[in-house]
Amino acid sequence: MKILVVDDEKDVQVLFEQRFRKEIRNNEMQFVFAFSGEDAIAYLNQHEHEAVLILSDINMPGMSGLELLGHIKQKYHKPPPVVMMITAYGDAENYNMAKELGADDFLTKPVDFTVLKEKLKPTN
Amino acid sequence: MIVDFIILIFVVRYLKKTLQTADKFPAWDKIFTVIFFVSLACLVVSISVGQKAELLLSWMGNALLLFILYILYAKKEFRSLRSYMLALAPYICISVARDLVELLLPGFYTKWENYIDAIDFSAFIWLIAMLIINKRQQKALQTEKLRTKEEEEQNKVMVKMKAELEIQVKERTAEITLQKEELQLALNELRATQSQLVQSEKMASLGELTAGIAHEIQNPLNFVNNFSEVNTELITEMKEAIDKGNMDEVRSIANDIADNEQKINHHGKRADAIVKGMLQHSRSSNGIKEPTNINTLADEYLRLAYHGLRAKDKSFNASMKTAYDENMVDINIIPQDIGRVILNLITNAFYAVTEKKKEGTAGYEPTVSVSTMLSLPVGEGRGEAIIKVKDNGNGIPKKVIDKIFQPFFTTKPTGQGTGLGLSMSYDIVTKGHGGELDVETKEGEGSEFIVRLPV
Repeated sequence: MKILVVDDEKDVQVLFEQRFRKEIRNNEMQFVFAFSGEDAIAYLNQHEHEAVLILSDINMPGMSGLELLGHIKQKYHKPPPVVMMITAYGDAENYNMAKELGADDFLTKPVDFTVLKEKLKPTN
Repeated sequence: MIVDFIILIFVVRYLKKTLQTADKFPAWDKIFTVIFFVSLACLVVSISVGQKAELLLSWMGNALLLFILYILYAKKEFRSLRSYMLALAPYICISVARDLVELLLPGFYTKWENYIDAIDFSAFIWLIAMLIINKRQQKALQTEKLRTKEEEEQNKVMVKMKAELEIQVKERTAEITLQKEELQLALNELRATQSQLVQSEKMASLGELTAGIAHEIQNPLNFVNNFSEVNTELITEMKEAIDKGNMDEVRSIANDIADNEQKINHHGKRADAIVKGMLQHSRSSNGIKEPTNINTLADEYLRLAYHGLRAKDKSFNASMKTAYDENMVDINIIPQDIGRVILNLITNAFYAVTEKKKEGTAGYEPTVSVSTMLSLPVGEGRGEAIIKVKDNGNGIPKKVIDKIFQPFFTTKPTGQGTGLGLSMSYDIVTKGHGGELDVETKEGEGSEFIVRLPV
């Protein structure tokens, strides 16, 4: 399963790579990292249909995660990738916006990786 | 002779009237009354009888005249009328002399009668003249007296008025002194209040930061926690690998652990720096300028402002756009102060877009952009570091734009803004750093605040 992680914090990449070390080694999961909404779209344009799961932060300079969510859900239909929002802001408005735009899940930071791993299993 | 008696009558009457002898000198009054009636009688007699008793009558007249002359000269009661003596004396003396001559030297008298008459007449004229002069003098004296009296009266009135005025002036001065003291107290209170407000503005901006800072610290702390957890897992794996004797694996894990520790250290330091920055912001600036990277500064405060506002208002959401000049050099500024300025401009920008968002226009995306630019010196000019904070809010109306930098001016509802943010920012930029703070705005479209700092 190819997972695209979008977050402006660069250390998120290291963290994910460490946390999913086993899964990466077993080739269960592959992680690709984009550090902005624009980079994420560029990647998706170049590698259509590859990423089946997108984990995106909401709070990013430039294109926000919600904007990205909107783009993805509008543009990429077959099949639509699963998009989960990961963010520090767990407030109602963000949650509702994300839901409206078609987010499949909503997680708050700090990421509980055990929970995340649980969520990722069924979609495998 | 007849004239003598007439003169006597008039003189006596005059003396009585002028000296008010009836009240003041009753003894003289009686004498004068006697003389008066005697003269009157003699006059009547001399008119009717004439020549026959001429000698007797004329000497009677002379005697009385001499008597009058004497009392005018000698008696102190009549001192004030001495001048009359001067008038009468020639006439009386000549009259007496004439009668004497007529009596003793009749021949001589008859020979020179015409001249004697003339002298007599002159003396009479002299009398009349002196009387007239005296009267005039008296009148003049009287007017003088009157004037003096009037002047005295006026003086009295003026003195009184002056005293009254002085009292009034004293009262007024006391009033004004009291007012001055009250005003001084009020001024002192106002000054104290003003410095309180300035302090409260600083605290308010600090408060806005706190939530932002809390969030900003949370990120690195998450990494610290996460990487620590990862390392704990890795150490367990390492132990397993050691047990298995897989040294390559062990070494690889060890490298990972080392890398992770570096990350932990890095994020720990990041949190530390944020806390230090916040402490600096709360302390009063010590005025020392230090070379600072304004890209980092602007970014830090942008994030802090954003998180701060989000913490205050959960529904707050706006896009942030940044564009930092890569060629920016470190410039000498007081970081807390310029940071405060950036924070103020960004907070205002966020407020503006939030207000516009409340209007509910469809498709409106609140956006705040922060950018920096290094402007190189052109010719003789100096280089500038430019910070721009732009928003797509409702702009600033023309009638208000002249006032925005004034202290205590705010368009926020009561209790929400101190009105000191922009005025403090303006002072910091212009007075503290010799820079410029300008604004470009278009109503309905947005505003852009431009900070220029000399390099």
